[in-house]
Amino acid sequence: MLQARNLSVAIGGKVVCRDLDMAILPGQCWGVLGQNGAGKTTLLRTLAGLHPPQAGAVIWSGQPLQTIARRDLARHLGVLPQSEGGEFWGSVLEYVLLGRFPHRASLFGYSAGDERIAWQALAQMELAELAQRPLGTLSGGERQRAAIAQTLAQQVRYCLLDEPLQHLDLRHQIQVMQVLGKLKEEGGALLMVLHDILWAQRCCDRVLLQFADGRVLHGAAEELLTRENLEALYQCPLREIEVAGERCLVPGV
Amino acid sequence: MSPRFFFFLLLCAAALSLGFGLVSGSLPLAPGEVWSALFGRGDSAAVEVLWQLRLPRVLAAFCCGGLLALSGVLLQALLRNPLADPYILGISGGASAGALSAMLLGAGLAAVQLASFAGALLAIVAVFGLGFRHGERNIYRLLLTGVVLSAGCGALVSLLLALAQGEQVKGMLFWLMGDLSHPEGLPFAWIVLLVFGLCATLYSGGLDVLAGGQGKAAALGLAVGRWQVALYFAAAALTVAALQLGGAIGFVGLMMPHAVRLLGISAHRWLIPLSVLLGGSFLVLADTLARTLWSPLQLPVGVFTALLGVPFLLWLLGKR
Repeated sequence: MLQARNLSVAIGGKVVCRDLDMAILPGQCWGVLGQNGAGKTTLLRTLAGLHPPQAGAVIWSGQPLQTIARRDLARHLGVLPQSEGGEFWGSVLEYVLLGRFPHRASLFGYSAGDERIAWQALAQMELAELAQRPLGTLSGGERQRAAIAQTLAQQVRYCLLDEPLQHLDLRHQIQVMQVLGKLKEEGGALLMVLHDILWAQRCCDRVLLQFADGRVLHGAAEELLTRENLEALYQCPLREIEVAGERCLVPGV
Repeated sequence: MSPRFFFFLLLCAAALSLGFGLVSGSLPLAPGEVWSALFGRGDSAAVEVLWQLRLPRVLAAFCCGGLLALSGVLLQALLRNPLADPYILGISGGASAGALSAMLLGAGLAAVQLASFAGALLAIVAVFGLGFRHGERNIYRLLLTGVVLSAGCGALVSLLLALAQGEQVKGMLFWLMGDLSHPEGLPFAWIVLLVFGLCATLYSGGLDVLAGGQGKAAALGLAVGRWQVALYFAAAALTVAALQLGGAIGFVGLMMPHAVRLLGISAHRWLIPLSVLLGGSFLVLADTLARTLWSPLQLPVGVFTALLGVPFLLWLLGKR
């Protein structure tokens, strides 16, 4: 269980989240929504223990996150950051294998078991055919799938994902959501930063709305994903439409 | 072809280049003569030349090439930038400015060495202090600080060259282009190469993870901040050792890691030993040509590293 207790998060002197109390339980899928610059990434990094909280604490299985060795934590808690610049010279397979780093027994190289797990992750993301290609030659969407495959190879129960759907076409968005959904069904938990209300409605049972002033609302998705809440969140008019009995929110322009 | 195959290939290349370096020179020695002279037998002049001149020189060239290549590998992993080389962070700039100042004042060899060492240390501390001290470490800031400092040192070097006269200029140019004729502190440099090379190979898994991106590396449980500081100082130490041995020899540190990567090898557990072997063999070859081609005139080795390396790399790049 990943818990935030009385958590306040600040970056560059700006408070982006105030007095947050929440618990991510096994079997849950959380969606984090908010404007650009609202601090979603910083909140996610804080929950992962990669950014120090301003106040309060993040608790993992009853222990404060800071007291847990990062490598031990990385065997249970995965993080998918937004793609960063810079060069990686290795192949797609080598990149995905890095996900086995926290599990690796020997100081030197990866075991056959690690390689098998990496190949499975590649197959899940339909990347097996690109496995030997240099990562740098892949398209943006393929790179994103490689990054997700790396996180899958990490074989974690809890996963925090920063915009897992960025650069992905529709079919691969569905594929990624299905693969991640399986993680949830197997007793894991997810928290993902999303920009697509539709995906939040479809896949998340809990949502966290992060407002520009540091206020945070969280709770059951169907209760919070209302037109009023989201208009206040995104500061733009929305329209509610109903398609085949499903309620959808679309831009009101 | 497997990395193991390239490893044995480069081991042979290293042996061949060292042999080539030992047989060539103004006193031509046959391989057989070199072999007996190595064990102190045969012609006493040959023994003298081999033990006093050639052996230290080829060992210095090999070590220097290995140090530069290793430093290049570490900096490219740290900065995640293909243009990173041992000199990008201003360390050689500081060393050059120091050495040339001492030369201008007419100091002897030992004082020049000391001044270059002091200049390098100053640059290392300045770049670290200005570019790297904040909690949230920004690699671009480090890179920019280094580049700016390099530019400043470059101007200072030009000024010193303009102020120098006659013979002094030639000595300065040799220092700037690299010169392996005074291999001081050779055993120490070898210890640095072996210790750092071994440590870097042992920790190669972490280097791979770091090369995959800072954010991801932290998520995978690597203590990124500590690794970055360690890498910075390791690369700095290697660069200083290389500068002390042979001056600012260009091209090797930048290009050897890339040459190995062009063979399709990028995992650090192979990249490190292969780059070191390639860098060492390459510099022995370049240095041997530099001292024999226009013999008795000795040319700066830096000219040859570029003249040999550029066509080779362009060919490799074209092939991929």
